Amino acid sequence: MIRFLLVLVIVLVVGAAKLPIERELSAIHRQEHFRGIEFNLDLREQLGQLGFIAALSGFRSIVADVLFIQAHVAWERTEWSRVLLLFRQVTTLQPRAILFWDMGAWHMAWNASVAAMNDRSQPRFALRIKAQREYFAIGKDFLERGIKNNPERPQLYESLARLYKEKYQDHARASEFFAKAAAIPGASSYDKRFSAYELSYCDGRERGAYQRLRQLYDAGENERLPTLITRLKFLENKLNIAQDQRIPDPGP
Amino acid sequence: MAEAKHRSFSFQRVFALTVNTLIELTRQKVFYVLLIFALLLIGSSIFMARLTFQQEFQILKDVSLGAMSIFTSLLAIVATARLIPQDIEDRTIYTILAKPVPRFEYVLGKLAGVLLLLAIGTLVMSAMFLVVLYTREQTVLHETLRQMSAAPREQVDDALRAVRSSALNLDILPGVAVIYLKACLLAALTLFVSTFATTNIFTMVVMVFIYFIGHLQATAREYWLQEQSAGWITHALLAFVALLFPDLQTFNLVDDIVAGAAIPFALFAKTAALGIFYTTIYTLLAALVFYGKEL
Repeated sequence: MIRFLLVLVIVLVVGAAKLPIERELSAIHRQEHFRGIEFNLDLREQLGQLGFIAALSGFRSIVADVLFIQAHVAWERTEWSRVLLLFRQVTTLQPRAILFWDMGAWHMAWNASVAAMNDRSQPRFALRIKAQREYFAIGKDFLERGIKNNPERPQLYESLARLYKEKYQDHARASEFFAKAAAIPGASSYDKRFSAYELSYCDGRERGAYQRLRQLYDAGENERLPTLITRLKFLENKLNIAQDQRIPDPGP
Repeated sequence: MAEAKHRSFSFQRVFALTVNTLIELTRQKVFYVLLIFALLLIGSSIFMARLTFQQEFQILKDVSLGAMSIFTSLLAIVATARLIPQDIEDRTIYTILAKPVPRFEYVLGKLAGVLLLLAIGTLVMSAMFLVVLYTREQTVLHETLRQMSAAPREQVDDALRAVRSSALNLDILPGVAVIYLKACLLAALTLFVSTFATTNIFTMVVMVFIYFIGHLQATAREYWLQEQSAGWITHALLAFVALLFPDLQTFNLVDDIVAGAAIPFALFAKTAALGIFYTTIYTLLAALVFYGKEL
C-alpha cells in the first residue's frame, strides 16, 4: 500500500513537473502553425466515428489522404458538393499541406465553376453565372484560409494571384499577390516578373509597371523574355517614352 | 582463487538480459507479421497513387510514416506487455532473480531488449521507405527532364526544384526519430503497467486506453489550466488526465513534416528530451513497483 501511494505521489509530482515543458512545446507548435486542428463535435460529425478516432490517435495525415482519394473519385464523377465537403474535411485535418488547399481551390474555381456554366439542367443563364461566381468565391476562400495557415510559404499566394488573374480578371490583385509570393524565400523566380506583367494591365498604374519591367530588363539577358519585351514595348508607346531611353527592338 | 567482487550494477548483466530479450522477441511471430505488414504497406504505397507527383509523394510519405508509427507503437505495446508475464509463466524469472541480479537490472535489460528491437524495426522500415521515395523521385526527375527538354533552363530548374522539395527532405529524419521516441515511451509505460497487471491482456487493454487518452491529454490540460468556468468535478477530472498521462500528441510531428513544414531544431530537441524524460521516469517507476512485487 505504501509503495502504491509512493508511486502515485511520484506520478503526480512528475506530472506537475512536466506540465511547463508540455505547455512550452504546445506553444512552439502553435507558433509554427502545427496543430491547427481542433478535435470538436463539428469535426466528429464531418469525419464519422472511425475517421475521428483515427485522427485522434495521431493518424490524421492518413485519414486526410483517404479523404483526398475519395475527393479525387468524387471529382471523376463530377459530384461537386461532395468534392467540396471532402476538401473541407481534408484541409481541416491537414491545414499545413499546401497541396490540399491548392487542389480544393482548383477544383472549385476551375472545374466546378466551368461545370456550373455548362449545366444544362439550369436553363437560366443568370443563375448559371451566379453559380459560377459562387464557385470562384469558394476557391478564393480555400486559398485565403490556406494562406492564413501557411503564411510563410509562397505557393498559395501564387495560386491566389492566378485565380484573380484568370477568374476575376483583377490584374491589380493578381500583381499584389504575385509580389507577395515573390517576397517570400523559396518563391519561383517568375513570380516577380509575373507581378510586373499583371501591373502593366492596370489602367493608371502604367508608370510603376514600366519601372518594374525596365528594372527586370536591365537585370540581364535571363530576364529579357518575349512577354517582358512585348509588355515593355507596349508601355513605352503608351507612356511616350523618349526614343533614346527605349529598349532596342528585338532582332528578327 | 579469489571470488570476483559482486557489483551492485553491472552493464554486462544488463547487456546479457538485453540480448536474451531481443532473441526471445525475434522468435515471436508477431514481430515478423507486423514488420512484413509494415514493409508491404510502405512498398505498396508506390502503386497507390498515380496522381501528380506532389500528390503521389504526399501520399507515399503519409502512408509510409503512418505505417512506421502504427508498427512501432503496436510492437512497443504488444512486445513489452508479454515480457514479465511470459517470464513468470516460463519460470525463467526465478532462475534469473535467484542469481545476484538486482530487479532494476532485470527491468532495464528487458526494456533495453525491446528498445533495441524497436530500433531495428525502425531502421529497416526507414531504409525501405527511403529507397522507395528515392526511386520514385529519380523516376519523376527523369520524366520531368524528358518532358521539358525544349523548355528554357530557368523553367527546368524550377520544375526540378519543385520535384525535389516535394520528395525527400531532411526533415523526415527527425520525424522518424520522434516516432521511435514515442515507441520507447510507450514501451516503458507498458512495462510500468505490466509490473502491477495480472495478465498481459489487461496490460494491452490499459495501454490502448492510455494511447487514446494520451492523444487527448493536451486538450484536457489546456482546458484545465485556462477554463475557469467549469465545475470542480470537471476540473479534478481534467487535472487527473493532465497530470497522470503523457502528452502523446506532442510526438506527432510527422503530420506536419509530410505537409512540408520545417521542424526547428529547438522543437525537435525539446521533444526528444521530453521523450527521454518520460521513458526514464516510467522505467524507474516500473523498477520501483517490481521491487515490491511478490513472485
